[in-house]
Amino acid sequence: MSLDLPLVAAGVIAVAVLMYVLLDGFDLGIGILFPFAKAERDRDVMMDTVAPVWDGNETWLVLGGGGLFAAFPFAYAVLMPALYLPIVVMLLALILRGCAFEFRHRARARGKAFWTAAFAGSSLVATLAQGAVLGGFIQGVKLNGRAFGGGPFDWATPYSLLVAVGLVAGYALLGAAWLVWRTEGELHGQARRWAWISAAATAALLAVVSLATLFVHPRIGGRWGFHGDGFDMAALAPLLPIPLVGLAGLLVAAWALRNPGRHHATPFIGAWIVFLSGYAGLAVSFFPDIVPYGLSFRDAANADNALALVLTGVALLLPFVLGYTVWVYWLFRGKVGRDAGYH
Amino acid sequence: MGVLAVGRLAVPCQAEALAPGTVMDFDALILSRLQFAFTIAFHIIFPSFTIGLASYLAVLEGLWLVTKRDAFKTLYLFWVKIFAISFGMGVVSGVVLSYQLGTNWSVFSAVAAPVIGPLLAFEVLAAFFLEASFLGVMLFGWKKVGPGLHLTATTLVALGTLMSAFWIVSANSWMQHPTGFARLPDGTLRAVDWVQVIFSPTFPERFAHMVMAAYLTTALVVGAASAWRLLRKGREDESGLALRMAIGMFAIVAPLQLFVGDLSGKEVERLQPAKLAAIEAFWETRTHQPFHILAWPDREAEGNRFELSVPALGSVLTAGSASAEVKGLKAFAPADRPPVFIVFYAFRIMVALGVAMIGLGAWGAWLMWRTPGPEANRWFLRAAVAMGPAGFVAVICGWIVAEVGRQPYVIYGVLRTADAVSPVGAGQVSASLLGFMIVYAVIFTVGVLYILRLIAQGPERIAEAPLDPNRPPGSAMAAAPREAGR
Repeated sequence: MSLDLPLVAAGVIAVAVLMYVLLDGFDLGIGILFPFAKAERDRDVMMDTVAPVWDGNETWLVLGGGGLFAAFPFAYAVLMPALYLPIVVMLLALILRGCAFEFRHRARARGKAFWTAAFAGSSLVATLAQGAVLGGFIQGVKLNGRAFGGGPFDWATPYSLLVAVGLVAGYALLGAAWLVWRTEGELHGQARRWAWISAAATAALLAVVSLATLFVHPRIGGRWGFHGDGFDMAALAPLLPIPLVGLAGLLVAAWALRNPGRHHATPFIGAWIVFLSGYAGLAVSFFPDIVPYGLSFRDAANADNALALVLTGVALLLPFVLGYTVWVYWLFRGKVGRDAGYH
Repeated sequence: MGVLAVGRLAVPCQAEALAPGTVMDFDALILSRLQFAFTIAFHIIFPSFTIGLASYLAVLEGLWLVTKRDAFKTLYLFWVKIFAISFGMGVVSGVVLSYQLGTNWSVFSAVAAPVIGPLLAFEVLAAFFLEASFLGVMLFGWKKVGPGLHLTATTLVALGTLMSAFWIVSANSWMQHPTGFARLPDGTLRAVDWVQVIFSPTFPERFAHMVMAAYLTTALVVGAASAWRLLRKGREDESGLALRMAIGMFAIVAPLQLFVGDLSGKEVERLQPAKLAAIEAFWETRTHQPFHILAWPDREAEGNRFELSVPALGSVLTAGSASAEVKGLKAFAPADRPPVFIVFYAFRIMVALGVAMIGLGAWGAWLMWRTPGPEANRWFLRAAVAMGPAGFVAVICGWIVAEVGRQPYVIYGVLRTADAVSPVGAGQVSASLLGFMIVYAVIFTVGVLYILRLIAQGPERIAEAPLDPNRPPGSAMAAAPREAGR
């Protein structure tokens, strides 16, 4: 059979990570926005909008990790030790956060205040840690043969901090846009303001991160036609639609936010487009590396028979997963008010 | 069968190509093992409860739809809240494990992923998504879907928990007795026969053993909660019903579990003789091995400092006859022997608790058969309360026997634990271990507190509580009593 298994597997992992960012991004964003809500009952509503779906959203992260183990074990075996500390911090934050969903609404007064703070704090920390993972990944990982050969704090640079802050703004935008879509009344109005602020922050930080990324590694600069003193238009032109689509996403979100009363779902779609553009920009920067800048996805790929089995499972099961995920979102569609009674 | 033998018990993998020139950090190895043991022992508490509880909820909901008896619905609404808390804790502690294989055991990942990678991927695809997606419908969708569809959601969650157990036990069984693979020159493994990988010879017993352990664990918790309510209130229809269902589970499954456990033990004798010798603290290879009820194994002296034994019974129990020769630990090089003390006692605690479960089932069944009922026998109710945590203890002990008994290998006969560790320093691993201990201590304390608080409120109060006019009457959470501070 002539199917290029490593390429297909790389596509599947890329889709899983993208799904994670698009889906868990907005519920992490709701946690980031938690401190800014005016009333505890507003926070109840914010949580209710994601209560039925957050668990499924986070499962994409497990597919990303488990899928990388199954499809690209050599990349998994290098990236995890290289990014040990931010990954552990992310996991610890996600543990607290997941428990906060149940505990917060079981708690009495003082406990509730604690779990409100824990939900907000751990959402922020998980996002910063994911940003550090992403920043550390973009910077590249030091290899020793096929193993990680660097130090424990290689990922900790001003660049990865910048990426982390940018991701916080981006997730806040996703969360705010989700709340614009799914809430009503005063909270909806507040969400619009949050969306404006986080959209502006996302636009600024995305621009700064994009420019900084051109300097991180000559490979990336070269791919975008940047050689330190100017752009080579012949190399840049074919990739130009990617940032332009991101810009269009921002404009769509901004346009919809200026029209209160209508287009409630549109800012969210705009925010998704921004993330899609950023993700595509990274993908073209790295391809074909799965561990920048030394291990291509082909070299990191699992044995063909293992990939064939994994991809058979994906082909059989993923359509069902996507189908019932869409169904669950559809089931819980519509505005969520204070009377939703999920909790 | 030629394939079966490929690579089995061959020379330990050096995995040089995967970690060239790395000096093994002994402290990082010990700390990584401690961290794995701690995080997985914490994790296993929750699935071993929720696998059983999901099935129990599906049965309760089904019985309610068929019989229309309100007690079943009351019990469902009560236990589904406890399920939500436990399941959430199981999910978040499980996410850790899918990353920890890489952060701490990267050489294991690179060596073994070609064989068990697909198994773990199937666990995510076939089980985790199913559980996570339909859990939302189960908890929050009562008003949004009809009763049939809601029962379907509960059943799919239960099915998801069982499929998850299937794949993870399949991967673990392969690591205990690897078959159907070959080893490549670079130290990595390749599957040559997927059927032998997925259904490795010890898999059926291990899967049955795990699922029954989960069912028993759940029944013990349900039985204890119901008995506690009956001790406090004297009479409560829902609690009496739940207690009787739990007794049925003990009476049928506990003896079956002893039988399957014995089958599993016989396999260990055949396939992992060093583990068996550690379980029984056998040092010499001989016939008529004594059965040590208690012992003080001493690895330095290669013997037991103290023994309380029954002559020849050891050979009978492990190999089926007194004249059967059974290997002792001295038959293995000191570097190939698993720790003895912890395996010996973990096994004895597990078996003692299993026997106590059988006793509780027999007692309860007799009370149901010959007396007004177990609800009226206070001594039985006290015993049922005392046995509430027994399932968790037995599960963790059984896991210690299986995993510590497999040492010094992580993949039995193929890859040593010491060769499987990531090139990370002891400083990082101690920081992460400390982080896990603190966070797990917080969520465990709070989670158990909330579960016990719900149990103290009991199922009746939930049914009696006035419905919140702001909540749709049918939602699973609608009937929850308003707690102070809300």
